[in-house]
Amino acid sequence: MELTGAEIAIRCLQEEGVEYVFGYPGGAVLFIYDALFNQEKVKHILVRHEQAAVHAADGYSRSTDKVGVVLVTSGPGVTNAVTGIATAYMDSIPMVVISGQVPSTYIGEDAFQEVDAVGITRPCVKHNFLVKDAKDIASTLKKAFYLAKSGRPGPVLVDIPKDISNQKAEYSYPATVNIRSYHPEKQGDVTSIKRAAQLLIEAKRPMIYAGGGVVLSEGSKQLTDLVHLLGAPCTNTLMGLGGYPASDKQFVGMLGMHGTYEANMGMQNCDVLLAVGARFDDRVIGNVEHFTSVPRKIIHIDIDPASISKRVQVDVSIVGDVANVLGDLLAVLHSSKQKPDAATSATWWKQIEEWRSRNSLKYRNSDEVIKPQYVIEKLYEITHGEAFVTSDVGQHQMFAAQYYNFDKPRRWINSGGLGTMGFGLPAAMGVQLAHPGAPVACVTGEGSIQMNIQELSTCKQFGLPIKVIALNNRYLGMVRQWQEFFHGNRYSESYMDALPDFVKLAEAYGHVGILVEKPSDVEGALREAFARKDELVFMDFRTDPTENVFPMVPGGKGLSEVILAEDL
Amino acid sequence: MRHIISLLMENEAGALSRVAGLFSARGYNIESLTVAPTEDETLSRMTIVTRGSDPIIEQIKKQLNKLIEVVTVVDLTDGEHIERELMLVKVRAQGEVREELKRMADIFRGRIIDVSDKTYTIELTGTGSKLDNFLLSIDRNLILETVRTGSSGIGRGDRILKL
Repeated sequence: MELTGAEIAIRCLQEEGVEYVFGYPGGAVLFIYDALFNQEKVKHILVRHEQAAVHAADGYSRSTDKVGVVLVTSGPGVTNAVTGIATAYMDSIPMVVISGQVPSTYIGEDAFQEVDAVGITRPCVKHNFLVKDAKDIASTLKKAFYLAKSGRPGPVLVDIPKDISNQKAEYSYPATVNIRSYHPEKQGDVTSIKRAAQLLIEAKRPMIYAGGGVVLSEGSKQLTDLVHLLGAPCTNTLMGLGGYPASDKQFVGMLGMHGTYEANMGMQNCDVLLAVGARFDDRVIGNVEHFTSVPRKIIHIDIDPASISKRVQVDVSIVGDVANVLGDLLAVLHSSKQKPDAATSATWWKQIEEWRSRNSLKYRNSDEVIKPQYVIEKLYEITHGEAFVTSDVGQHQMFAAQYYNFDKPRRWINSGGLGTMGFGLPAAMGVQLAHPGAPVACVTGEGSIQMNIQELSTCKQFGLPIKVIALNNRYLGMVRQWQEFFHGNRYSESYMDALPDFVKLAEAYGHVGILVEKPSDVEGALREAFARKDELVFMDFRTDPTENVFPMVPGGKGLSEVILAEDL
Repeated sequence: MRHIISLLMENEAGALSRVAGLFSARGYNIESLTVAPTEDETLSRMTIVTRGSDPIIEQIKKQLNKLIEVVTVVDLTDGEHIERELMLVKVRAQGEVREELKRMADIFRGRIIDVSDKTYTIELTGTGSKLDNFLLSIDRNLILETVRTGSSGIGRGDRILKL
């Protein structure tokens, strides 16, 4: 059957079962928008800025395991999308971005709204394509979805020139896809898995360090079973939170720059470290030399061979899908006659409990001024730990990660790798669309929220009852904290003056705004907000401007060189 | 250490820029890079000469493999291999040096492929260091222009890089 390129593109999205496309129209994508208009299967969410379209598709994907889909126009449409694409790339989020391009005959002539989309996105996509013939659209989109979802997931961009979207071609959606140069490993190597099992059984001080790969591969159950079987402590990275239940007693909290004392000391002092779907990022292990100065055996499970031995050389590497490898590892451990030694384990746990007793997340609450940690604790209480929580980037992000105990994967949605301010609100839109009726909180700051605040309008249009929790301390808090610690209290450009009246602003967009200035009003405000099930509520919490995030491992320092609140 | 990495990749527009972009984005060295289609016109073969510690070279290979269009990657320096580079040198060849330049070209098994009353253009192939040596062996002031292809490499004996 002959269809136009635009019709083919939309048919492909239908074939892929795409529920929502997040986007913004423009000249080069008008044929595609026209094809979208003539059908009802794929719903379009009109954002107010292309960056938000990508973050929304990203949040949708993170909370569901489905591929997020974005549609933007050429030129500024694409460049606005780049921050979102880079955000998804750094956190390995499966996504397909369709961008319009100027007509193929104009390419290279500096045409109106022309940008080299493939060139400009190349370093921040898993792969990208420029389609040069309408007959290639179906096979290209098939590849795009396959690449986005398989192996180490990531965003894939498909650039379609305007004339191609209006060109007719025979349509049939390919049933299968084969890329001869792309064969991601699914199963881990059996010998390596056996070696890993042996090391773990014989370990005196085992430690399990699990990252976002566990969430992405849907490996939480396998991880939890493994940790229980081994009786070892487990820590999660910022990206891995919820991959292991936070309320489990073997969970020692998040690790890294703002990780708990017990998690970081456990990492530093263990004799066998099992890293699962994590990549020894600088914010996680701090100084590599310091980390590797202590002898320990490291086992690393990851889908991406390039993540293994990139920053830290490992002893056993297992390339494969995390859930599969963990399943195989469990099977080997179950069939083994050897079990971890109970007495050795008890000694290790005694040490861990000693570290844990430092209670590194304690903070001094106040009757006078709202502490940001307190807001998150109350949020956790009121939502019974069941909310989807998105965040922006900064102190509020760390407080949310530290004080909201995620028991389930895909509930904690944040920009871990790129650290993109402006992520939280649009991501929450994607989450809310994917989970209508579920409580969705966007924990943000007065700095971050203003980077995509226009999306309050999108929320109104689509009736998204997100609860915005702005921890408003009148500072770019994390910047201010670094300036306090490392730049002699010189608060260069980190103070936010002339803030809008967020309550009125929320009201202007047609939402509910609540100003909260006293600690005694925090709980009431949150209860009221979550009781308003059908309304977006913007809570402006005026929090302590001088509060800092602890513990803190300063940049470039080792995990045991941590600053605790009590040290100051 | 110096490594010669050979790879086969899809012969598609933009494939070269993915490789070049990877090296610059991750701060890897490129000493030389050559690329051309193979007898199978869907494939291009690329030879990259790079330097780095063992872990860096390992990362380079993994990152190259990760590019979707890269089909196979081989480090030729892992085994016996042959390396050749082509150089064209235009030299001032007047008066008494004219004969001397002809002799030097012969010694290095080069060929004079273009002649004018003032110049010779010499074609030389060999390893990079042989070409360097030729340039060092003649009077620097006589060199008018040099053009080099960068190294191409192939495994010795039964070592074959093919699909």
